[in-house]
Amino acid sequence: MDIRLDGIGHAYDDFEVMRDIDLEIPTGQIVCIVGPSGCGKSTLLRFIGGLEQPKKGRVLQVGAPPAGCLNPLTYIFQDFALLPWRTVWGNISLVLEDHGIRGAAAKDIIDDVLARTKLSDFAEALPKQLSGGMKQRVAIARALAVKPAVMLMDEPLSALDSQTRELLMDDLVDLWTRQPFTAVYVTHNLAEAVRLGHKVVVLSRRPGQIREVVTIDKPLAAREFSDPDLDRYQKDLWHLMREEARAADAELIHV
Amino acid sequence: MSESSAKPVSFRGGGFAPRSVRWIGVTVFVALILIAEWGTRSGWISALTLPKPSDVLDTFRELYESGLLFKHLGPSLSRLIVGAAIGASVGISVGVLIGLFSYIRSGLVPLVAAIFPIPKIALLPLFVIWFGIGEGSKYALIAFGTFTPTVVATYGAVDNVDRTLIRMGQSFGLSWWSIVRKIVLPGAMPGILSGLRISLAIAIILLVAAEMLGAQYGIGAYILEAGSLYDLERLFAGVLILSLLGVIVSAVIGLIERRLLRWRI
Repeated sequence: MDIRLDGIGHAYDDFEVMRDIDLEIPTGQIVCIVGPSGCGKSTLLRFIGGLEQPKKGRVLQVGAPPAGCLNPLTYIFQDFALLPWRTVWGNISLVLEDHGIRGAAAKDIIDDVLARTKLSDFAEALPKQLSGGMKQRVAIARALAVKPAVMLMDEPLSALDSQTRELLMDDLVDLWTRQPFTAVYVTHNLAEAVRLGHKVVVLSRRPGQIREVVTIDKPLAAREFSDPDLDRYQKDLWHLMREEARAADAELIHV
Repeated sequence: MSESSAKPVSFRGGGFAPRSVRWIGVTVFVALILIAEWGTRSGWISALTLPKPSDVLDTFRELYESGLLFKHLGPSLSRLIVGAAIGASVGISVGVLIGLFSYIRSGLVPLVAAIFPIPKIALLPLFVIWFGIGEGSKYALIAFGTFTPTVVATYGAVDNVDRTLIRMGQSFGLSWWSIVRKIVLPGAMPGILSGLRISLAIAIILLVAAEMLGAQYGIGAYILEAGSLYDLERLFAGVLILSLLGVIVSAVIGLIERRLLRWRI
């Protein structure tokens, strides 16, 4: 299932924050969206998943979601959004219960996603007992449990320290290599974008428009920590963004 | 820098972290009672000012041995339980509705603010007309008194539920009812329980007030009778029962909190 953005524009009252965004998210690819702070990249992600409505344009699902998919558009949030009163197991079973999946069927799914995210030993732990990286792994496991057609990742690694971030990036690459998934990955971190993105979409500052779409051909599994090829892409992206970022930084925040 | 000019950095980061120390609470109680006992025995507290704690204890024992204690305690407890259960459950339901729906919120928040400061005891005559002189008016008074603080605590607690968790629930396609049951209610539980502490204390106060008007048995009736005879020993025995009731209610809520809120840090 592909996602197509068709002329998305948005404004708060008379204050235009986004203009004419057309974008195609093809199946099996990770599309990263980068841009200076306040360019509306998180808002764009909320449009894609239907948590907010744009003033102009449409978000289209092209084709049917794959069989067995419980929640086609599934988010992974920056702040994890785990229920503190449920264990790791309970947090994953939460999203299955509404689909009537309980008992043995639920156990199969939960055991599988916990194994894929290396969390099998932590099923009975409460979120407060876990480190940030572990919490985000639980959130990834929860997202995998509903077999999403497209994963919508809103700065998923931004609340983590840099070592944990590297580890989780490796895990995401592993997950994708074993079973390619479709994802929209919003981040302000260019290193993450060039490491995980098949395409990197650069947004301009307000009103957010697509400045450029950079395609990175190198296969995900072949990309490594401080890879010279990736560094070149990252440098190019930074040149594109630098002036925008500076100008965005000096803007007054619109309340 | 020479060694002689070096001095240790003084510690200035302590304090502001009170914790409960075991037995101190009991010690304060025992000390106060011992002072009262000693004062009344030696005479510098006159018998008119304060009854002798040992006499109060004797009165309490007599009350227990004559079987009158349970004759008073029984009706009081049933009034407290029925009244507080009605008030708290209606209060929690209405509070959750206020927390979830704009129209109910706009309509009921001013109403609750208007009835909150009314001393519910002042309405007792009205309740007697509406519900009769029997148990009905007592239930109504206690229920009404617990209702308002419970509503205010509950909708405040619902307002404070982390919105990102609710968005998460919506993004996974959870039904409205699932979100309320599995995210909003558990998230509001700490606030609801601390609200219940206050409402149940108010329920005990109103219980006594209700029983002072037209009750044959009940702790309130017992205290009223003792008060009008200036029988301080019995008055204090009654007050002792109320304090114990308060401590027990608070301990029960503490137990529920420990069970339900184990997930908190």
